[in-house]
Amino acid sequence: MAQENLSVWTSIPFWRRSAAWVTGFATILLIWLTFDTMGQISMGTDADLQQRVTKRVPAATVINYHIEYKMSEKRGHEVPVIGKKEPFFGKEWSPKEAAALLHLGKLTSQAKNCMNCHTLLGNGAYFAPDLTKAWLDPAWQKGGALQPMTGKSTVEEAMSEFLMHPSQYPTHARMMPDLKITADEAKGLVAFLKHMSSIDTNGFPRNFSKTVDQFKTGGTNAH
Amino acid sequence: MLTSIKTNHLTSSGQKLGMMYFRVAMVLFGAQLLMGLIAAIQFLYPGFLFELFDFSVARMVHINALVVWMLYAMIGSVYYMLSEETEHAGVAMGLGKLAFWVLTLAVTVVVLVYIFIQIGPGKESTIWLINEGREYLEAPRWADIGIVVVVLTFYWNVFATYMAGKKTGIMTVMVANLMALAGLYLAGMFFTDNISMDQYWWWWVIHLWVEATWEVFVGTLAAYALIKIIGARREVVEMWLWIEVLMLFGSGILGLGHHYFWIGTPEYWWEIGALFSALEPVPLIAMFVHVLYDWGKEQGGSGARETVKNNPAMAWLVTNAFGNFLGAGIWGFFHTLPQVNIYTHGTQFTAAHGHLAFFGAYATILVGMMYVGLQGAYGVKEMKSTFNSKMAIFLITFGVVGMTVALTIAGYEQVLVERAELGGGWNAFFTAQDLPWYIQAQLWRTIMGVVTLVGFVYLVIDLLTIGKKAQQAEA
Ligand code: HEM
Ligand code: HEM
Ligand SMILES: [Fe+2]
Repeated sequence: MAQENLSVWTSIPFWRRSAAWVTGFATILLIWLTFDTMGQISMGTDADLQQRVTKRVPAATVINYHIEYKMSEKRGHEVPVIGKKEPFFGKEWSPKEAAALLHLGKLTSQAKNCMNCHTLLGNGAYFAPDLTKAWLDPAWQKGGALQPMTGKSTVEEAMSEFLMHPSQYPTHARMMPDLKITADEAKGLVAFLKHMSSIDTNGFPRNFSKTVDQFKTGGTNAH
Repeated sequence: MLTSIKTNHLTSSGQKLGMMYFRVAMVLFGAQLLMGLIAAIQFLYPGFLFELFDFSVARMVHINALVVWMLYAMIGSVYYMLSEETEHAGVAMGLGKLAFWVLTLAVTVVVLVYIFIQIGPGKESTIWLINEGREYLEAPRWADIGIVVVVLTFYWNVFATYMAGKKTGIMTVMVANLMALAGLYLAGMFFTDNISMDQYWWWWVIHLWVEATWEVFVGTLAAYALIKIIGARREVVEMWLWIEVLMLFGSGILGLGHHYFWIGTPEYWWEIGALFSALEPVPLIAMFVHVLYDWGKEQGGSGARETVKNNPAMAWLVTNAFGNFLGAGIWGFFHTLPQVNIYTHGTQFTAAHGHLAFFGAYATILVGMMYVGLQGAYGVKEMKSTFNSKMAIFLITFGVVGMTVALTIAGYEQVLVERAELGGGWNAFFTAQDLPWYIQAQLWRTIMGVVTLVGFVYLVIDLLTIGKKAQQAEA
């Protein structure tokens, strides 16, 4: 068939050439889009935060600000909204300190293998809750179920206490194991979680604020 | 026990090396299933091995053993077909053999560290020595570098032999595709504080492996196997192969966008990801039709002549055609549009798809290649399925499909209750985990996992004995 070349549709060289062109075209388009995306998802700067420039991934100093997740009429889903300054572990962190803390937190999240029980940005394992917006979870806020359990009065202190001794604070028969997380590592992890909650995830998890609203009106999803 | 698979009928050192890779692959496959069962039991009895061998450890070994046994079986298959396709004995095979032992030693050390050391302090040294903590790519950095060196050696064997020997269409695709496959691994070898950036490149490895380069690899293996098992005509098979490459890369490369909906990346990935990944099932349908059509034609056309030269291999190849189409094509399409994925993202639905796709698209054809290898190793003209072969393929397939159905139900329940009704979060998650539908689904998944394991035992017995039986039958 190929030798006679009755039709281009049964010609191997034709398909080989087409395969090469299509693959090349798709690859070039992917590389071009990658350059654009790199620009859009590289971390913002502290100056961006001060001047209220919205970044998809803000600077590490976002840990010095109050973060909310609010419905945007324009975009049709919730987006993180960075508000006023608030202390994080009782102080304001300089750009250098904040970056170092975030670095420690991200490194610890890998060293302790968080992703093989939890999901981060929805990717990972499905044994434990998604951590994308864990910082904003009503369960950790004042009056939520988790904060008083640890005997602490801020979200960051409650979370870090839980992370250091998770099996002392069981919330469910399925408990988080003790991963020998030190006090510094726990602070870093909370910074990592707070930073992650400020990332613009195009509305994932959807309707997260529904839980928040229910919580604010006194309802709860538990049991 | 392992040496009872005879390779003395193989004259090519590449083929002998291929058989060595197959043996290790089977050991790791067994380890994968045991770890999966531990993790599955922990869903039902959270106290099982708690703070001793936690879910995260069992799951990490489960998915790493999966990826590594598949890479072993893939390398084994390439070594096996190399000398036949190129009609050349192979360049620098001694080096390839050394690389095999280095890799196997490294894998052993990595697994022992995963199991006994598990985690480390939040320092760079943990990432270099213990584990990197990124799903599928947990291998510590020293092992990453070792893997690159070994893979380069392997690639040199393949490339140099190809250059020195005959250049068939099948080998041309293989050589080009392997380069892309190996190169992509580098995208997963760096650390960043930016989790969005991290996951952006992480998906380059994971997605561009399983939905582009590995799929083309399977197309190449299927082409080789069809010629070998049922004597399909090379011109037809190679033309199909180029069409498959065109469609797989044409849809799969930009289909990567379906992982960029929610990780901080811009909205245009919604359109790009939806459009191209929705096209991904098309080549899988084509591959399905191709295998079944050739099979039917070769069976029907020649009257009384017995055309299938290796029944168990053919059975696994046909299961591959179905499994790839169902697991990747159908289950993948289910959740690939952003409108659906926002609810299914990161639920048991994803796990349902992951199981059927990895099994259907890869496990099946690689087991088939092991039977092809055995036929050569024992020098038998015709390999007939034994009782064990039939039990193996039936129980394993039934088990994996059963697990997939159970996980699909669990995922559906999560989508409705945790995501749609309660909107996500800590309480929503546990509320959904505690509903009877979810718990029953996890129970059925575990039962079906045991069925899979029993099938695996039959498979091992069969691989160890079928060659001798076939030899005796022919003597
Ligand atoms: C004895 C049979 C098996 C059992 C009991 C089992 C169990 C499990 C469990 C409990 C998980 C973790 C899911 C989670 O995070 O919630 C998992 C993940 C996974 N398993 Fe299995 N498994 C089995 C066989 C297989 C087979 C045969 C394959 C493929 C050939 C496979 C591929 C995977 C993959 C790809 C994942 C990751 C899924 C994802 O992240 O979406 N497993 N398995
Ligand atoms: C043989 C080919 C394939 C394999 C082995 C495979 C495997 C997987 C695995 C293991 C995951 C989960 C990754 C994780 O752990 O986070 C995944 C996710 C996904 N796959 Fe596939 N896949 C294949 C083909 C496809 C195809 C053809 C489609 C679409 C038509 C598809 C659509 C998806 C989507 C949308 C996700 C993301 C799920 C989520 O958001 O949680 N896959 N795939
Ligand atoms: Fe994908």
